[in-house]
Amino acid sequence: MKLDYILHLADDALIMGHRLGEWCGHGPILEQDIALTNTSLDHLGRARSLFQYAAEQFNSLTPELKSVQFSSVALQALVSEGKPLDEDDLAFLRDGWDFRNHLLVEQPNNDWAYTVARSFYYDAFNYLFFTELMNSTDTTLASIAEKSLKEVTYHLRWSSEWVVRLGDGTDESHERMQQAINELWMYTGELFDMTETDKAMQAEGIGADLSKIKSLWIDRVAQVMEEATITIPQGKWMQKGGKSGRHTEHLGYILAEMQFMQRAYPGMEW
Amino acid sequence: MVQSFQEHFDSLIDREVTIEPKDWMPEDYRKTLIRQISQHAHSEVIGMLPEGNWISRAPTLRRKAVLLAKVQDEAGHGLYLYSAAETLGVSRDTLYDQLHSGKAKYSSIFNYPTLTWADMGAIGWLVDGAAIMNQVPLCRTSYGPYARAMVRVCKEESFHQRQGFEIMLTLSKGTGVQKKLAQDAFNRWWWPSLMMFGPPDAESPHTEQSVRWRIKRMTNDELRQKFIDVTVEQAKVLGLYVPDKDLKWNEERGHYDFGTINWDEFREVVKGNGPCNRQRLETRKKAWDEGQWVRDAAMAHAAKRKARKQEAANAA
Repeated sequence: MKLDYILHLADDALIMGHRLGEWCGHGPILEQDIALTNTSLDHLGRARSLFQYAAEQFNSLTPELKSVQFSSVALQALVSEGKPLDEDDLAFLRDGWDFRNHLLVEQPNNDWAYTVARSFYYDAFNYLFFTELMNSTDTTLASIAEKSLKEVTYHLRWSSEWVVRLGDGTDESHERMQQAINELWMYTGELFDMTETDKAMQAEGIGADLSKIKSLWIDRVAQVMEEATITIPQGKWMQKGGKSGRHTEHLGYILAEMQFMQRAYPGMEW
Repeated sequence: MVQSFQEHFDSLIDREVTIEPKDWMPEDYRKTLIRQISQHAHSEVIGMLPEGNWISRAPTLRRKAVLLAKVQDEAGHGLYLYSAAETLGVSRDTLYDQLHSGKAKYSSIFNYPTLTWADMGAIGWLVDGAAIMNQVPLCRTSYGPYARAMVRVCKEESFHQRQGFEIMLTLSKGTGVQKKLAQDAFNRWWWPSLMMFGPPDAESPHTEQSVRWRIKRMTNDELRQKFIDVTVEQAKVLGLYVPDKDLKWNEERGHYDFGTINWDEFREVVKGNGPCNRQRLETRKKAWDEGQWVRDAAMAHAAKRKARKQEAANAA
């Protein structure tokens, strides 16, 4: 259970970091290229800490539990050889259905407005989530949360400023911002979806109570959107599935690219 | 004694005192500097692309983060250098226009493709290694803002060079296919790296004047020889074969002799006929054009804010 919880957090960080990294060299303004890369590096740094922790958790499981945890052929082979897993095995050798990230973070960059909207929804969530997770009885998660909160505070400032800048910029930017906000809205419901893992982790004092975060998130989002002259979408129907391994089509392409080296040249030092 | 502007400038150059933005300078000096600094800035920004290719495919989380940070450094170098160029009275937008229209050049090396992960190692080791050879002397160049920018650039470049070498070292200690990746990348990047020092001195039109102005401090051929002498020794450590059958230590000269560089290829790549010239430029133009509405929005929003502030101040 705890392993699933850690992997969910790690996958979010990895996939978000990967997506933002796709902008590197292609940004609209050189300074913003640098800003986005910084954020990407924060996410990747958090992903590494979490994957290392997840690997530790996995390696302490019984052989029986290890053999049923992941279904990828590559990981099965390592497990049957009795090899301990590391951060890279978890990132590069798991199959899509074992990824636990939110659908939101795997959505494509599209244009600057989509990227900003995706970051804004996620950063606002992360800010509140890590504030809660700092109280975790799990000291590793609590300390990762504490470090992340400092980074996420900056991320949220950055993405909020861009929502306002685009929303209250030109007619074109307003329209693009509103469209991106609308189209990504249906991926925000999953942020607050309490899965069995979330419930169990909350009960143990390890995980955060997502229902508590939800209303705070809506307040925060509404406040920024008002300043940005953006209308809050009213849609009630939400997509979910990422947290239980049922993803959008986009994840497959991310993994095909991201995992290429480890899959093509297995078992080597890089 | 009354000195003319020119005499004063010459005496600063002779005494190795830096020239600062507000000092008088000959028009040719200004033009040459703008050309050189902007070429360098463009090279940093275009140079993000070949390595940027592999951020999404880096083999480990550590490599992914390090590569991302490295490419980000290059964006940072672009910024320092555009800023240094701006002190000479030219705007960044003008310089971008020159790049996008093909009027301004950038280092030809970035018109070669990155085909495998080993290219990340070869670029760091060879391309950044050659860049450092070119750039270290510029930390003492006569124009102050350029020299100061170069001090920062060189510090980071030497870190890049080490990480590139470390990738090559890891590959060379690895499996058969990893060694093959390393050798293949070395074969492809060796000659273009030697071309990075520019045409032979005899054919380099700007060298003499630039050395006099301390914009350049060593000639193309001197730097190239220095690079070869150092790099051949490093290749031995890696167990890689230098792809030059004429390479031989010359006891008398105290340097390596090397084969003929294909200057026809160099001239063609400079002219725009390299494997990736069009692709690189189009990618940058696309990023710029698709970013136009974003930059417009940022300007429009800033103007609105300013107007509101003014309104509030008037009302008070």
